[in-house]
Amino acid sequence: MMTRLETELPALPETGLARREFLIATAGVGGGLVLGFLLPRVMGPQAKHGAETSTFRTESRPFVPNAFIRVDPDGLVTLTVHKVEMGQGTFTSIPMLVAEEMDIDLAKVKLEQAPADDKKYADPILGSQVTGGSTSIRGAWKPLREAGAMARILLLTAASKQWNVPLEECTTSGGMISHGKSGKTVSYGEVAGAAALLPIPQKVQLKDPQHYRLIGTPAKRLDTPSKVNGQAKFGIDAQVPNMKIATVAASPILGGKLTSVDDSKARSIKGVVQVVKLEDAVAVVADHMWAAKQGLAALDIKWDGGRNASLDIKDIVGQLQEASNNQGRAAPGVVARSVGDFRKTFEQSKHRFEATYQVPFLSQAGLEPMNCTVHVQPDRCDIWVGTQVPTLAQAGAMTLTKLPAEKIFIHNHYIGGGFGRRLDVDFINQAVAIAKQLPYPVKVVWTREEDMQHGIYRPYYYDKLSAALDDQGKPIAWSHRVTGSSVMSRWVPQMVENGLDPDAVEGARDPLYARDNLLVEYIRQEPPGIVTGWWRGVGVTHNMFMIESFIDELAHLAKQDPLAYRLSQIDHVPRAKAVLQLAADKAGWGGALPQNQGRGLSVQFAFGSYVAQVAEVEVGKDDIRVKRVVCAVDCGTVVNPDTVVAQMEGGIIFGISGALYDQITVKQGRVEQSNFDNYRVLRMNEAPVIEVHLIRNNEAPGGVGEPGTAAVAPAIANAVFAATGKRIRTLPLVPSLMQT
Amino acid sequence: MVTLNVNGKDHALDIPDDMPILWAVRDVIGLTGTKFGCGKALCGACTVHLDGNPIRSCVTPVSAAAGKKITTIEAIGDTPEGRKVQQAWLALEVVQCGYCQSGQVMAASALLKSTPNPTDQDIDQAMAGNICRCGTYPRIRAAIKQAANVKAA
Repeated sequence: MMTRLETELPALPETGLARREFLIATAGVGGGLVLGFLLPRVMGPQAKHGAETSTFRTESRPFVPNAFIRVDPDGLVTLTVHKVEMGQGTFTSIPMLVAEEMDIDLAKVKLEQAPADDKKYADPILGSQVTGGSTSIRGAWKPLREAGAMARILLLTAASKQWNVPLEECTTSGGMISHGKSGKTVSYGEVAGAAALLPIPQKVQLKDPQHYRLIGTPAKRLDTPSKVNGQAKFGIDAQVPNMKIATVAASPILGGKLTSVDDSKARSIKGVVQVVKLEDAVAVVADHMWAAKQGLAALDIKWDGGRNASLDIKDIVGQLQEASNNQGRAAPGVVARSVGDFRKTFEQSKHRFEATYQVPFLSQAGLEPMNCTVHVQPDRCDIWVGTQVPTLAQAGAMTLTKLPAEKIFIHNHYIGGGFGRRLDVDFINQAVAIAKQLPYPVKVVWTREEDMQHGIYRPYYYDKLSAALDDQGKPIAWSHRVTGSSVMSRWVPQMVENGLDPDAVEGARDPLYARDNLLVEYIRQEPPGIVTGWWRGVGVTHNMFMIESFIDELAHLAKQDPLAYRLSQIDHVPRAKAVLQLAADKAGWGGALPQNQGRGLSVQFAFGSYVAQVAEVEVGKDDIRVKRVVCAVDCGTVVNPDTVVAQMEGGIIFGISGALYDQITVKQGRVEQSNFDNYRVLRMNEAPVIEVHLIRNNEAPGGVGEPGTAAVAPAIANAVFAATGKRIRTLPLVPSLMQT
Repeated sequence: MVTLNVNGKDHALDIPDDMPILWAVRDVIGLTGTKFGCGKALCGACTVHLDGNPIRSCVTPVSAAAGKKITTIEAIGDTPEGRKVQQAWLALEVVQCGYCQSGQVMAASALLKSTPNPTDQDIDQAMAGNICRCGTYPRIRAAIKQAANVKAA
């Protein structure tokens, strides 16, 4: 067994690689050694070559020890990144994991986006090749360090054999191997060919955290230089020879179908090439977007609105309310969690409190509108797109083109804001359906209006919380009834067991408070016409608004300070207590504020991270302004600390838009919002001062993309209450909603 | 035919007069650094300079650029302000997804050219039209101030 140098790595944690059938050898191309996840062992040409016959000075084959790493004989190290970069920093933090263990210089590696391949690149938490759910670092933490350690030990072994010196006397640094006693050095590239012939060890050892030189230090992001000079390529920037540009109109009434289209005027516009009809949409194909837009406007389209033609948001909310109140239902919904006896405790208690909270449908409104470039040919289909789910995109194209997976090539790109929208492939399938009708490649670009009105929206939730209180005002029984659409039933039905959508109750199922008598229920109520999906913070975002608003209301009823009230109830979660205390201290909790201003707080454990926030708001007659947010986060081991801070800052600002402004509403079957004039998002002049404080430790890394968003809405709602004495239980928080 | 001067180079294009500069630059000339976000001058992603002044290229027709010089993100680094802004952006790690940043860099470069030492109010006024959904506003503000403090190279 090969071991890490003892002097370098005392008390190493050992990694059992058999756990995930990790790094099993398969036949290599051209004699190189190619290893992948979950693939059966095949003895390849490397066995016949004989490892010991060649000298590394003349060896020219590349070293490809696993699906993530390639070392070329010229020394170039290429890292394949299995996650897509959409601003969250994984194109830097994931290479950091590999580079740390491999002892290479992060700035000198070449990055490549992984192809669609669930076998090699599935996220271990999510089970397929998905970038979402704040899982990237949590999922990659162990396997990617193992991949790097594996590569390093093989390179090191190759050099020590070549020099005929003990492995323990060799060291690695900056892509070089040294033998101190003899003064010999060799580069990784020079031993790549020899390393490719070595047998794969069954175990590798990972660095002790005290020897990290990259992990935990603020690395410069690798994707950003090309993003300040216009060189970065997003999906919408794809350029393919002979490509045309198309833009689309889908039925303005949700779920409607195309009846007929008169395209005579459109066809007469210079630059318009073709009009393509789908069952529920029309596309105008042109030489450029301007002609496509003009052509679309010139179409005379007849739609069959169908059953949603008179749908109104009031109907949808009414249905949710009815479902929540259990009218006409035999069963109260699915029990997500039951501890102790909520009902009995509640009924016997002298002090009870109940409240209902509502959060609206939301658009992700990433700044890059939906777009996808496709070329369908008889023997292959190429798709240029920014997607969080390359293998789902591939599967959709397989269905539409009848081509096998290996003939469908997903060229993934940087994403101009995912926020969950690009976890769906509706726009990719639509583009493939259009491209199928065309003999040339086509880039389909949605207008902002199309993007906002044909979205996949965060569900509207209507939640009821109930608590029984002891004589001191502390909750002794707690129930949370979540009512709303089930995203998972559409998106990943195999994870919905007995009707329980785990996302809808994420965060609600394990509140920090009143854990002795707990009842959490889920009532699925699907809104007609509206397709629901993911939005930054997913189920946690809605549940944290409810829970942290509710506990604040209970603190007020108990006539206690909201901070002290919470702190007194969370002794069982010391890390939560620590972030809450830190945020409060840094924010100057309890200090005086001018009139109409207030501070509010929230604390949560979600996505594997502990986050607390204190928001300071000023309430005007027509507007609420967030002036300052102080955030404390304990996400365990920090890979790139500046990225953690940036994700908190960004998550908070995204969440403020949701808390103060955003909602998607429906009238006569149509989405009422269309662009940034009527779907207001936070701007520079409205952005608060944000302070982020990290608690550092060596716990397992937690997710950071979404917790910041989830924590801020309740902190703001609680601050509004502190400023005015008025409680708003519905998002967005507009002053007209203030209840007396 | 329309002649557009983009980044110092003349392009003779067979396009209609009313075509917004955005699509001429992206789809006809092939410079994709300038981004489409809203099509209605609401988000600032399409910001370019026309004779040094920031404009929303998604609503400005190519006819308005006749005889004038268009500068896009691809060439803003050749100006002293653009270079300082790009450097400050990288030094403070402003960028997240990056999609809005072409427009942010263009707006910030124009601000520093007209107002070399901007106040917070100046920054609010110049930058409020540029939406960033990733929420990089605090870093944009800090980076503009840092760029303002750098002596011209």
